[in-house]
Amino acid sequence: MAETINMPKLGFDMAEGTLVRWVKQVGENINKGDVLAEIETDKATVEVESPASGVVLQLIVNQGDVVPVNAPIAVVGVAGEKVDAASQKSSKVESQRSADEKPLPAKPEPAPVSQTVSAPSDGAIKASPLAKRIARDNNVNLSQLQGTGPGGRVTRKDVESALTSSQTSKVSSLQSPISSPVVISHDDEVVQLTKLRQAIARRMTESKTSVPHFYVSHEYNMGAVMAMRKQVNEYLPDDQKLSVNDFIIKAVALALREFPNLNATFAGDKVVRHGAVNVGIAVAVTGGLLTVVNKNTDQLPLRQISADVKQKVFRARDGKVKPDDIEGSTFSISNLGMYDVENFIAIVNPPEAAILAVGSAREVPVVESGELKVGWRMKATVSVDHRVSDGAEAAQFMQSLAKYLETPALMLV
Amino acid sequence: MAKITMREAISQALMEEMDRDPAVFIMGEEVGVWGGTYAVTKGFYDKYGADRVKDTPIAENAIVGAAIGAAMVGQRPIAELMTINFAFSAMDYIVNQAPKLHYMFGGQFTVPMVIRAVGGGGRQLGATHSQTPDAIFAHFPGLKVVSPGTPEDAKGLLKSAIRSNDPILFIEHATMYQVRGEVPEGEYLIPIGKSKIQRAGKDLTIVTYCKGLELSMKAADELSKEGIEAEIVDLRTLRPLDMEPVLESFKKTNRAIVVEEGWKSYGVGSEIVSCIYEEAFDYIDAPIVRVAQKEVPLPYNRALEQAALPQVSDIIAAAKEVLR
Repeated sequence: MAETINMPKLGFDMAEGTLVRWVKQVGENINKGDVLAEIETDKATVEVESPASGVVLQLIVNQGDVVPVNAPIAVVGVAGEKVDAASQKSSKVESQRSADEKPLPAKPEPAPVSQTVSAPSDGAIKASPLAKRIARDNNVNLSQLQGTGPGGRVTRKDVESALTSSQTSKVSSLQSPISSPVVISHDDEVVQLTKLRQAIARRMTESKTSVPHFYVSHEYNMGAVMAMRKQVNEYLPDDQKLSVNDFIIKAVALALREFPNLNATFAGDKVVRHGAVNVGIAVAVTGGLLTVVNKNTDQLPLRQISADVKQKVFRARDGKVKPDDIEGSTFSISNLGMYDVENFIAIVNPPEAAILAVGSAREVPVVESGELKVGWRMKATVSVDHRVSDGAEAAQFMQSLAKYLETPALMLV
Repeated sequence: MAKITMREAISQALMEEMDRDPAVFIMGEEVGVWGGTYAVTKGFYDKYGADRVKDTPIAENAIVGAAIGAAMVGQRPIAELMTINFAFSAMDYIVNQAPKLHYMFGGQFTVPMVIRAVGGGGRQLGATHSQTPDAIFAHFPGLKVVSPGTPEDAKGLLKSAIRSNDPILFIEHATMYQVRGEVPEGEYLIPIGKSKIQRAGKDLTIVTYCKGLELSMKAADELSKEGIEAEIVDLRTLRPLDMEPVLESFKKTNRAIVVEEGWKSYGVGSEIVSCIYEEAFDYIDAPIVRVAQKEVPLPYNRALEQAALPQVSDIIAAAKEVLR
């Protein structure tokens, strides 16, 4: 009996997903759990696994289609099996894009010429007659283009932007002789927003315009953490070594347990203080950032936090996060320490009530007991939703964080 | 320029031509003593008398048949049909006699007749009195079909129609007599068979005529607020059809919709879209969308009637659809 596979609902607010790529084609064998397709949601590109074993009988939607949650996308069954009428009929559910939402290229890279997309299963390239003519006149290979029209159709705009970007690259390759007095003009580049970028834009605007932020900064003595990290890492294999950030994550989780008001969500006439402390870690990915989540951080040992975060960061950078990796954080940390940043301020990640922005741990001159010494210092700033908490509470939270970071043995007990 | 109503523009055209040429006369139901169902010929009876403004029996077959005969012997009759829906009673004369006599008699006769007919829905006149069957008449070679969308065009085109030696069906819209527009002072003629750009734009082409023009202009204003500039081509004449401005515009915008009040199937939109496919295939960047009346007999109920007729919102939605 053929099994119809539907667009999965990944996350409570997901209404639709873009089918970015078919990993399996019609006629291919597939085992339960094999990756069938990649889909792009508001937050990330995720893999859809087949719930059944057999042969791919039908791919109901095209690459690039935006598909509502629970609409059928493919049929898996026994080779030669007739696809039943019900699943064929449901193919009509195919993508209905709202008019204001322009279809997006499957990947965030702006240069469509460099992207090779396999042709639709019928073998023909979907392109408007005009796009075909312009491509023919300019020797552009249509199969190399990513169509942004309905159903992935290549339109004039796509061919023209491919032409523009190839001209731009020609110009820049000519630019080497410095003596040349010719001023090279660089054309404006228009980059279509990815789903992820759109989601960031929407959520950050929502946060910055609706959440009244205040900020508290604190400087931490990181000497003890640096020493402990060095000591521990000597005994850990290379792929399991702890980062400074792992200590910060754990310290934040323990401090949050003491300050439940900052591990919370503002909800109109009440505040929801979350029972679990799930720390989100902002990860820079191509074209944006994602927050991966370590759950029950306050209760996990450092090594386990480190391993879990490492895996999730890897998947996020690889564009393969699982829905579970990015759902459910109750507080976020954004650490730009690796970029030699002294201090910065982050925007609260709704529906959370606070976010900690962490700068670099660096060796600086410090005065201790009237003596000038060299010490490890790190600045951090917490941004807090003022509807939930106030400055004094945030300051006390930052002090509590200092307690754990400056006496890291507390994180081990 | 003076701003006058469509009714005044048509009335002026008739009067100017009757003053100019004594061979021009009017015949139809209630055109004389009553002054016309839509008051277009108000005052004509007093001015020109019963010989030139003839009230007829309720017999469209007789009205058009007599007009054809008069035209063949040198008169310039203007036959008025109270509504175009009554043209079906005179179908043989309109599509089978008038357009073919010149051809069948080897050029010995011409039929310089104008049939003025009132078409269109929106006045709650019921399914049999509200139709827009323009495409049916435009199907027949030999019959010219004119349907203006502005007072300026109505006056200039009607005057040209009266002076033409060919039979012409001149279709006016029942809800547009009060529409005001600027009309040039003094005498002017507008050639039959020339489409016109009524609004310049760059993002898409809206091809339309008559009531569709009024709706499309409103839609274009709304679209403009969102940064979409529509170019509107007014056909003005359905036969002979002037596709040049349409194709020129389409080659610039590469995207188009066609707006008509009649039914979509076998309609004006079908014709325009086919012509674009034949003449400008390599310029098509998106499927062309037709906006037309729902495929039902037009309901009497006001809400249902409006739901069946094409609306400004339908045009806006179609424009956005082709711009996806």
